[in-house]
Formats: sequence, C-alpha cells, structure tokens
Amino acid sequence: MSRRWPTPAPYPTDRQDCNASRRRQAPPFSSVTKDFKMPRPLHPVSPGIRTVLGISFFVLFVAFWAWITLGGHVNRIFLADPLSMVGDGWRLLVEDRFWLDILITIWRVFGGFLMASVVAVPLGIVMGAWKPVEAFLEPFVSFARYLPASAFIPLLILWAGVGELEKLLVIFVGSVFQIILIIAVKVGSTRRDLVEAAYTLGSSDNSIVRRVIMPANAPEIAETLRLVLGWAWTYVIVAELIGSSSGIGYMIINSQSRLATGQIIFGIIVIGLIGLLSDSAFKALNRWLFPWSQA
Amino acid sequence: MSKLLIEHVSRTFAGVRGGQPVQALMPVELAVAANDFITILGPSGCGKSTLLRIVAGLEAPSEGRVLLDGKAVSRPGLDRGMVFQSYTLFPWLTVAENIAFGLRERGMAERERDEIVASYVDLVGLKGFENHWPKQISGGMQQRTAIARALANDPEILLLDEPFGALDNQTRGLMQELLLGIWERRQKTVLFVTHDIEEAIFMASRVVVMTARPGRIKSDVAVDLPHPRHYTLKTSPEFSALKAQLTEDIRVEAMRTAQAH
Repeated sequence: MSRRWPTPAPYPTDRQDCNASRRRQAPPFSSVTKDFKMPRPLHPVSPGIRTVLGISFFVLFVAFWAWITLGGHVNRIFLADPLSMVGDGWRLLVEDRFWLDILITIWRVFGGFLMASVVAVPLGIVMGAWKPVEAFLEPFVSFARYLPASAFIPLLILWAGVGELEKLLVIFVGSVFQIILIIAVKVGSTRRDLVEAAYTLGSSDNSIVRRVIMPANAPEIAETLRLVLGWAWTYVIVAELIGSSSGIGYMIINSQSRLATGQIIFGIIVIGLIGLLSDSAFKALNRWLFPWSQA
Repeated sequence: MSKLLIEHVSRTFAGVRGGQPVQALMPVELAVAANDFITILGPSGCGKSTLLRIVAGLEAPSEGRVLLDGKAVSRPGLDRGMVFQSYTLFPWLTVAENIAFGLRERGMAERERDEIVASYVDLVGLKGFENHWPKQISGGMQQRTAIARALANDPEILLLDEPFGALDNQTRGLMQELLLGIWERRQKTVLFVTHDIEEAIFMASRVVVMTARPGRIKSDVAVDLPHPRHYTLKTSPEFSALKAQLTEDIRVEAMRTAQAH
C-alpha cells in the first residue's frame, strides 16, 4: 500500500502564492501537452479509456480495410469491401438460411467439447493425484497431444463417415489430450500445505482428493476448459472444410469456389463473434461459480 | 503418565545429488504431561519444525517413535490438531465452513456441527465474519480461524508451528493473549514451536530450548509465572530474568549456526 506523506510546507509558506508563481513561469504552450502524460510501465488505465482504446482499434482496422478496398488499392475479386460484406452477410442470413449452419457449427463445437471434457477432466484429476497413473499415461498423452487433429480427418471419415460423429470426433481428438495434460499438471501442483492441513483434520486419502484437490483446482480446471473451447473453434472449421455439407466452414469453402470473398469474411467474423460471446459467457460463469478465487 | 512421549526421535534427510545425508535432528527425548503448554525454542533451521511435523505424523522419524496416550503415531490424525505458519485455510470455504471441516470429515450431523462451529467462532472472536472467505479477512483473523479449526476437532494435543510468525508485532501480542486465554480456560496439551524468546516464555509452562542443527534438546526450563497472564507480565523482573537466561542459551546456538553457514 502506498502512502503519501505530507511534504513540509515550502518557504514562503503561502501555498497559493507558490502555485501562482509556478503557473506564471510555465511556457504558454504547456497547456496543450500537460493533459497527455506518457503512460508509465505497468501503470493501469481507467476503465473508460480502456473501452475507448479497445473500440478505436476496431474502427481503425475497418477504416483501413475500407480504404484499401473502396479506394481501389486491391482487386475486388480477392477482397470484398466492408459494405458488400455486410450485404452478402445479410443475404446469407435471410435468403440462404445461414443461421442454420451457424447453429450446426455451434452444436458440433459444444458436442465434441463436452465429450472431450467428460473423458478428460476425471482422467486429468486421477493422473495428477496418483503418480503411478501419471507415470503410466503421461508419456502417451504428451505424444498424442502433438498429433494434429486435422490430420486425423481422413482416417475419421473412413471410420465414421462424413456425418456428425466424424465432426464431433475431430474436436474430441483435438481437445481431449490437451485438457488431460493441463489438468494433470494443475492438480499435481496443488498446494501441499492445504493437503497437510486436511490430513491433520482427519481427512482420508479419498477425501483429500474429493474435498481438497478437486475444489482447490476447480477454478483452474474451468479456466482450462475455457481456453480449450477456443481451440475447438478452429478444429470445427477445419472439419467442416473437408467432406461436409453444412456448417460455417462448409459455407466458407463453398464461397471460395464462387469467389464470394464477402461471404467468406462474413463467416470468419461470425466465428470470431461467437467465440468472443462464448468466451465471455464462460468467464462470467466461472466468476459466478468461484467467487472465492477472484482477486 | 505422560500425554505425549517422544522417544529417541531423530531425522536424517537423504543427501541432495549424491551429497552427504543431512542430519536435521539428533535423537530427542521429551515427555509432555497432560494439559502442559510446552514451547520449543530454537534458532531457525534447528529442526524444531521437523520435530513437530513428526509428532503430527506428516513426516516419519528416521529412528525412534512418538507415543500419544501410549499409542504409536504413524500418520496424521484428528487426535493431533495442527496450526501452520503459512495461511492454510481452504480458500473455497468460508470461515465457518473452514472451522467445520474436520467435523464434516467425521460425518457429524449439520445441526450439531453448527453448534460447535458457533461456539468456536465466539471463542476466537470472529462473530460476524462466519460467512467471509479467507481472502477477505486479515492474517491475524485467518490464524484465529485456523486455531478454531484445529480446536473444533477437540484434539488430544494441539501442535502449533510458529503460528504467529507471519503477523505484525501488535497482532502477534494480541494473538498470544488470545491463545493463552483459551488454554487457561479449556486446559489442553499444547506443543508450540517458535524462535521468539518472549513468546516462548509468555506462553509456556515449560520452555524446551533446542541447539543449532543438528537439533537436540539443550535445556528444559520450567516457567513458574502465575496464571492468568497479562501482557504486562512481559516487563516484570521474573520474566526479564528468564528472558536473559534464555537469550544467552539461544545466542550461543544462533552464533554456531551463523558460523556453520
């Protein structure tokens, strides 16, 4: 905590007079520069300025995009301008029932992600808590984590066809090993002093896992899931680019053959918006579930 | 019969990277009578915490054994309550839920639990803070909760490992009086580890002084100051005499530690 000590009054002791003389000495143009101060490292910004700065980059970005497209600096065939993108998007939603594709993609992401979580969370906890299990599984999971989910698509199509199951499996394969490993590491680094305190209060080994290790790591587990859900969005689009007849990814690959770059960009922006939305919802849920862990 | 018997307990840590094994604790013998308040005083690194952790069952002795009510200690249990120097409240539980932790582990009915918790909240002066999370209360309040949590289990012996070490001087003084007041009213066998000479004398009916590493018991001083003790006792001539004696004892050990490193 910082505390500002009163500085001894300068001589002459009339403060007002001191300030007045300082004002007089100041150069006339200082009033322009005195409102803007160079930010200092690690110094926080106020919420208002944060919002303004955050929005202004979006504005700059769209302005730059409009300038290079509407100004004729790039060929319309390769990059649509913002206005026709909005028009294309509107047509997609109203005439081509694109919202159905959006719903299908959302269902695939959450379906595959849920499958992965149901398997990975318990397994990660078991691995983190019991070292023999970790020694048994950790090398394989570490290896499997680096197998690219997209490379599995041809195999998964062979096994499961081009239906929904294949899409879910791509996301499952892409997420499950990541979740297992991160959770195992977090659980493995549970605060030992809390575990010891619980033992001295009469806890058994099983209740250490249930009543200390699990609640202690619950916020971190939820954070891990939030992180991996973001990655699941990239897997689903890849899955939909290959052997699919619905979904946002399908629309994008379909638009490519017709050089409809406005639609492609609209699809990408929709993915970004849904990602942002689900991420904020997840964050809010975590805050609500674990108020004790908030700073 | 002694409540707690420490028989020939020693501890040697395996050498790091093929180095020599380190003896933290020379064989220690100590008998603690029921309802005694014993402070273990020693310079840092003398193995006093190791000794306490062995009594708690959190560490195994290399030799010897610890007997509580004649039964050998092999693992932690609710008959030995412990308060740690670091803040070890469960951050996801409120003050009341923390105090109830051990009772819940035993499967006690909620109504009975609530009654006991309320009485201990009262005992450590935390009324009104029952539903606060640990991060919302001060360090002193966290340690008071930790004491209540350990006491709520009604352990045979209370073990405290420099419980007030992280607190500021004023809070520390108040906490000493609080804990001593509880002990005076509720009679409990207590083993209290500290490196603070004043704290060791003020709290104890017996001060056990340990030597520098490898630790062993150097002296065992009875503190025959009357109860109830008030903080003004710390400035009395009897107290000062004891303090002078123990300061001399501990100074020699501290100097030995300083030379060894």
